[in-house]
Amino acid sequence: MTNWIDIGPLEAVRKRGARIIKAPGRDLAVFRTIDDDVFALVNACPYRDGPLSEGIVHGRMVTDPLYNWVISLETGLAQGADEGSVETFPVKVENGRILLDLETVAQRSAA
Amino acid sequence: MTQKLVIIGAGMAAGRVLDHLTDAQENGSGADWDVTLFNAEPRGTYNRIMLSPVLSGDKTYGDIVTHDDDWYSAKGVDTRFGVKVTEIDRVAKIIRGDDGREVSYDKLVFATGSNPFIIPMPGHDLDGVIAYRDLEDTQEMMSLTAGQKAVVIGGGLLGLEAAAGMAARGVEVTVVHLMGHLMERQLDEPAGYLLRKALVDKGITVKCSANSKEITGENGKVKALMLDDGTELPCDLLVMAVGIRPNTGLAADIGLACGRGIHVDDQLGTSDQNIFAIGECVEHNGDIFGLVAPIFDQAKVLAKVLQGEDAEFVNREVSTKLKVTGCDLFSAGDFAEGDDRDDIVFRDPARGVYKRLVLQDNKIIGAVMYGDTADGSWFYGMIKDGTDVSDMRDTLIFGPAYQGGSSSDPLSAVAALPDEAEICGCNGICKGEIVKAINDGATDLGAIRATTKASASCGTCSGLVEQVLAVTLGDEFVVPTEAPMCGCTDLTHEDVRRLIKSQELKSMPAVMQELGWKTSCGCHVCRPPLNYYLLADWPLEYSDDPQSRFINERKHANIQKDGTYSVVPRMFGGMTTPDELRAIADAADKYSVPTVHVTGGQRIDLLGVKGADLPAIWKDLNDAGMVSGHAYAKGLRTVKTCVGKDHCRFGTQDSTGLGIQLEKALWGSWAPHKVKLAVSGCPRNCSEATCKDIGVVCVDSGYQIGVAGAAGMDVKETERLADVATEQEVLDMTIAFMQLYRENAKYLDRAYKWVAKVGLDWVKEQVVENEDERNALIERFKISQSVYQKDPWAEEIAKEADQYEPIANLTLEAAE
Repeated sequence: MTNWIDIGPLEAVRKRGARIIKAPGRDLAVFRTIDDDVFALVNACPYRDGPLSEGIVHGRMVTDPLYNWVISLETGLAQGADEGSVETFPVKVENGRILLDLETVAQRSAA
Repeated sequence: MTQKLVIIGAGMAAGRVLDHLTDAQENGSGADWDVTLFNAEPRGTYNRIMLSPVLSGDKTYGDIVTHDDDWYSAKGVDTRFGVKVTEIDRVAKIIRGDDGREVSYDKLVFATGSNPFIIPMPGHDLDGVIAYRDLEDTQEMMSLTAGQKAVVIGGGLLGLEAAAGMAARGVEVTVVHLMGHLMERQLDEPAGYLLRKALVDKGITVKCSANSKEITGENGKVKALMLDDGTELPCDLLVMAVGIRPNTGLAADIGLACGRGIHVDDQLGTSDQNIFAIGECVEHNGDIFGLVAPIFDQAKVLAKVLQGEDAEFVNREVSTKLKVTGCDLFSAGDFAEGDDRDDIVFRDPARGVYKRLVLQDNKIIGAVMYGDTADGSWFYGMIKDGTDVSDMRDTLIFGPAYQGGSSSDPLSAVAALPDEAEICGCNGICKGEIVKAINDGATDLGAIRATTKASASCGTCSGLVEQVLAVTLGDEFVVPTEAPMCGCTDLTHEDVRRLIKSQELKSMPAVMQELGWKTSCGCHVCRPPLNYYLLADWPLEYSDDPQSRFINERKHANIQKDGTYSVVPRMFGGMTTPDELRAIADAADKYSVPTVHVTGGQRIDLLGVKGADLPAIWKDLNDAGMVSGHAYAKGLRTVKTCVGKDHCRFGTQDSTGLGIQLEKALWGSWAPHKVKLAVSGCPRNCSEATCKDIGVVCVDSGYQIGVAGAAGMDVKETERLADVATEQEVLDMTIAFMQLYRENAKYLDRAYKWVAKVGLDWVKEQVVENEDERNALIERFKISQSVYQKDPWAEEIAKEADQYEPIANLTLEAAE
């Protein structure tokens, strides 16, 4: 089951930028690409927990601001020679509002 | 039995429904309809799409009429043109117009179209503020004469057509567009860049990312548009083309279900079984319509439904093939990027052609084309059919006529440069002169330098000269391999810098298009240097892109390994006051700063500040009179000083005062890498001036200026640039050296690395020996500082403070 909740307008996140979402136990980050696609990931790089929300967004990827790991926003997988992955969460845009699936967030924080 | 049909609106949708209905009746099929047609415009049906050629003078109104009075009377349609519908009684099924006449109906069709959206900014109701929707608007634009001024708000299709049409009549037109590139719904950024370039070539001024604030007037008539950055754009006519809204007013008044448009089902039926709606006024499965193709589909379906046949409207994916003022554009499908997707990009800078295909699982899912759209329908067909393109990937981009061609040439960007393109800026040598020298027998870099002087001075264009050699000589020349900037290009940093200047590339899309970038928007390796090169070379034209900066420069603080930040206020020349120290101490207490550290550059570092607290701590420090120390910047950091002759018994000059002057002149300037200065009051050198990027040592006779020192990964003593007698000369030489470094060095080369490449002699020639050049460098630095010498903290607090806060807090919701 999904439970889409409104977390804010698309314009609140810059193109090729990100914003933090406070969630139980850890922060998530919502990213917006140049083409207005949005993605939600845990805000921590698999390598030393770099805050991905502060990285440079290019295409559908983000570069970790601390150690330059490149992470796929779609799959959460580290690209290139690095190995690791970041949890991703269902998120979408409807009528200019960003919607996040609270159910998934709640389940994973309870687990 | 004859039934009564009433249609409200005589636009293209209604015209097409009547075409289908009357055809069917003439063929003797279906029901017999007695039609009444209302239209608020005092005329029949014309092809609204063709208003642009009317505006530009290529066609007349008569050319674009599709259904005139004669047509309607021949078909027996009762027309009520110029009459507004004022009342509809759904129970009695009667309509009343503002002429007082009533008519009854069995079936009613809303074809009320859309209304242009007028931004309700101050002054929108002045005379001379119009939309671009109907013949009246077109005639108003046509009434402008050569030399008059017009402003168009909106860089979509309609706005650009209006702009181009007026420009063709000699009107001075400025287009103001809110988004970063033109036609952002149909085009990606590179294609938008090419379109902008074509419009600028036609004499149209284009302002993107421009926010309109208010329209000013005089005696009730429009006078100018004010932007929120203070720009004033004088105009005799202001056209708003910012979009359309479905016209649902009447439908909503009589209680039909409406959302953004009038809700219709697959048969175009509304919530009243006797009422239908069609065209730009409807909403179908959440979609609204502005293009003619799906609307004509609706007309066909509605005509069948009215004839009692089965039909359903399916909104098909459409491709957009447009000609904006002679520029061919095409877009279809989904052209967003993704890492499960591959881009195939083709750029021909010389012809101004850009094509991009987006592939997923070996199928084309999106296409954007500019300049050459001949193959658009072929690609569109494959998008619709989901054709597997694995067998033709190599040559796919060349289209159906070209299968089996050779792979693209990495040197094509240089090959495409015109002969007059400047290659060597120092000596003013163009590509044509180098080609001539090669043809006359100079076949390597040394020979080119000897015969033309190209690349013989600062040397940064060596790579380009070699590429010209390679292009001209073909297989006879092997280009020495030097690392390209990143995977997005084959050009080196030096090549890119040189071409940004010589080709006057002033935006990131311009660089990527003209230099044949292989990705659509670059990567984290090339975007930060490109952003720097552009802002350093075009301080007035280019606007800084924070999303192309690394985190420290975007957040104006240094990120630490635990994700917190360090905050360093500026202390000019290392001088501070008890008040400043108290403010720093208060801030450290208030924001629970765990670590306070004195830096090597003579200031105080507050480490461990939480990201969300940054705007608040900056505000406190700003209020105490301090600005950002740029401790995070590829730019000027600190000017370290000793106390000088005021206090020290060995001091020879006012080293502290000079340090403050230098820091006041240089702060805020961006550079290829960090820049640290020091001023020592005597040769004992307490401020360690001899291992700085620029270091001044005061002596009895004046000042020794050293440059290109380092105390980082490498330790290196400065080299003497000049000995001068006055403080003013120190300032001049320092600023000129800084600007020469800013204009020429590769991103992330500290000054000592750059000087090693170009040679101190060349630097001295520019900065010390040639007074004209020195003054020119200083002038350019001042222009840059007029834009960039500002406190980023104050700016962020004023404009972006909310970006530092989380967008949402789910800690409570998710726990429930």
